[in-house]
Amino acid sequence: MIPISWYLLLSAFLFACGVTGFLIKRNIITLFMSIELMLNGVNLSFVAFATNLGALDGHIFVFFVMVVAAAEAAVGLAIIISVYRTRETLNVDRVNLLKL
Amino acid sequence: MKLFFWQPWLIPILPLVGGLINGLLGKRFTKSVVATIAIFFTGASFLVACAHAYALLQSGADALETSYGTWISAGSFSADFGIYLDHLSLVMMLVVTGVGFLIHIYSIAYMEHEGGYYRFFAYLNFFMFFMLTLVLANNYLLMFVGWEGVGLASYLLIGFFFLKDSAANAGKKAFITNRVGDFGFLIALFLLIQHFGTLRYVAVFDIVSHFPTETAAGFLTAVGLLMLVGACGKSAQIPLYVWLPDAMEGPTPVSALIHAATMVTAGVYMVCRSNAIFSRAPIALLAVAIIGTLTSFFAATIGITQTDIKRVLAYSTISQLGYMFMAAGVAAYSASIFHLMTHAFFKALLFLGAGSVIHGIGGEQDMRKMGGLRKYMPWTFWTMLIATLAISGIPPFAGFFSKDEILWQAFSSPHGSKIFWLFGVITAFMTSFYMFRLIFLTFTGEYRGVQANAHSAHDSHEHHSGAPHESPWIMLAPLVLLAVLSVIGGWVGIGNRFEHFLAPVIQTVSAEQSVAQNGEATATPVSEGEGTEGASKSLENLLMAVSVLVAFAGLGLAWFLYVQRPELPAKIATASGGLYKLVFNKYWIDELYAAAIIGPLVALSRVVLWQTIDQKLVDGTVNESAVAARDVSQIIRQQQSGLVRSYAGWVAAGAAAVVAYMVWMGTR
Repeated sequence: MIPISWYLLLSAFLFACGVTGFLIKRNIITLFMSIELMLNGVNLSFVAFATNLGALDGHIFVFFVMVVAAAEAAVGLAIIISVYRTRETLNVDRVNLLKL
Repeated sequence: MKLFFWQPWLIPILPLVGGLINGLLGKRFTKSVVATIAIFFTGASFLVACAHAYALLQSGADALETSYGTWISAGSFSADFGIYLDHLSLVMMLVVTGVGFLIHIYSIAYMEHEGGYYRFFAYLNFFMFFMLTLVLANNYLLMFVGWEGVGLASYLLIGFFFLKDSAANAGKKAFITNRVGDFGFLIALFLLIQHFGTLRYVAVFDIVSHFPTETAAGFLTAVGLLMLVGACGKSAQIPLYVWLPDAMEGPTPVSALIHAATMVTAGVYMVCRSNAIFSRAPIALLAVAIIGTLTSFFAATIGITQTDIKRVLAYSTISQLGYMFMAAGVAAYSASIFHLMTHAFFKALLFLGAGSVIHGIGGEQDMRKMGGLRKYMPWTFWTMLIATLAISGIPPFAGFFSKDEILWQAFSSPHGSKIFWLFGVITAFMTSFYMFRLIFLTFTGEYRGVQANAHSAHDSHEHHSGAPHESPWIMLAPLVLLAVLSVIGGWVGIGNRFEHFLAPVIQTVSAEQSVAQNGEATATPVSEGEGTEGASKSLENLLMAVSVLVAFAGLGLAWFLYVQRPELPAKIATASGGLYKLVFNKYWIDELYAAAIIGPLVALSRVVLWQTIDQKLVDGTVNESAVAARDVSQIIRQQQSGLVRSYAGWVAAGAAAVVAYMVWMGTR
């Protein structure tokens, strides 16, 4: 039996990768992938805890997160396409109409 | 018989309807339609008023009170929409509707060539509505509505030629001066509400007649004095008379109706209506008499020197109102109302005649540029002469009876004094003098005006050119009718009939009460006892002879100075130097008020209220808080960079901070 700390370390590593990617990358699609990475990092800790505690709650949460992530991906990709059509770039630093 | 037109509320409402129709739709009507509407509703109001007057007299009742439901109800206090018809309001109602109707007719022709024809008639009808509300109300609060309403109508009509600066300013002056008086009136009403809990005439007078004056006389005195302040404002008495001469900026029919015949008498009406209060507050009553006497004397002296025909009449009006106050102040309320009525006739006639003169010579108001108009406008001359005879108190014209009654009462009433009488007689002399001065300057001698077209640009009466001419018959008809009234109007007072007519309105203070409050009164029953009846009668006749004599003396002096030796007045004026200047400039009262009250008030308002409180405090608070909000935002908005990754960085930093906190909390 692998101790739960390993799972948690992996989960934290995945989340940190996501955060780092989100912060340093400029391409919107890459940002999107980073978000997925963060979500899955969290999902991993959910299932790890659920298995460890023998409770079903964590599993159910994971399903919810997946559904929401799928919906978010659908909407997000639509937005990305729309942004690309109007601005012909995927660089987030140049999508800055709300700036001062 | 309860026909529709039998409702007394129709009397005020009819002019309101006419005013609303003309005011809202009049712009689209032709002049004749506007005039017809105004005349119809005023005339109908007059007819309904006559019907009610007849019915009241037939029924033999002293008063008829009708309530049409509650208007205001607050706690135990309530005020009704109600009409109180007694002999006093009956006289007022007939004077207002009757004289008002005649002046409406006159205005058809007089205002023919002025702009805003429909506006004029709408305002005039509104005035009638408010004036009738004032005289017919059954409580003080409703009276106050009419009181303010006539003030508003007066303001609108004085400033009728609002493009002229002087007219607009005169309107404001009238309104603001009246506000001072209204303030006093309002405080009196508050006091009455506080102590009696009602403002219904019947209820108030009933309480007052049982009010313990021995312990609480100060209260009634306060109410009386405050009411006097209100009456001084509306009726142009010292010290608030200054607005009335300026009010002559309005069209002449307005001066006749509002500033001579009706509205300015509202104060007299109010004092007489409140006779129950005044009779039990001897100090307030004395104040009324003193103010009236001083005003009548003072205004008459100014009247002597004025050269503007309407201003002479304005000061004459103030002076005659002073007579009415004097009468009311010696508790001769019926004499006061009697003079009010006859004054309404002859003063309206004088103003309308003056208007006819002004109309006939193309807008000129300066008497020095008139003269010799008798042969051009004989009708105007004869009617104005009748009015002048009436105001001078020459028998058998109307003014003689009322003025003589006032002088006699001032002399003989228990509240009266020989000083009042003396001032009254001197004023009567001056009245006769300046009125005949007006007649002689205007109608006799040679025409001194500018001939031909020279004055056509002077006023809006452009159609007049060339020689002076008589006014159209539609203006003369009211003159003639008023002249008839100025002759016969006084006859109702023969043998004290008018006094008996008004007797039910006047609450007589019982002997026992008057002893308690007034030591002099003990002498009264004796002096009017059986034994001295004959002596007092012969004294009355003597005083009557004196007042007629001074009237003729005034006439004679005016004839001597302005017909016989027309070069003399100028010499006298230069000889008396400073005195003449003082009187000619109206004792510099306007300037005094400007320096003593208006100047400091404006300065205070400008420096303290405007520049300190408004600009610094109010504006400052608002502006400073806005500036503070902007400055703080200036700092915070740096965060709003528009860069998604910087937002993400902040979110990450925040999340990291939360995690660090929780870790720290967990390890503690």
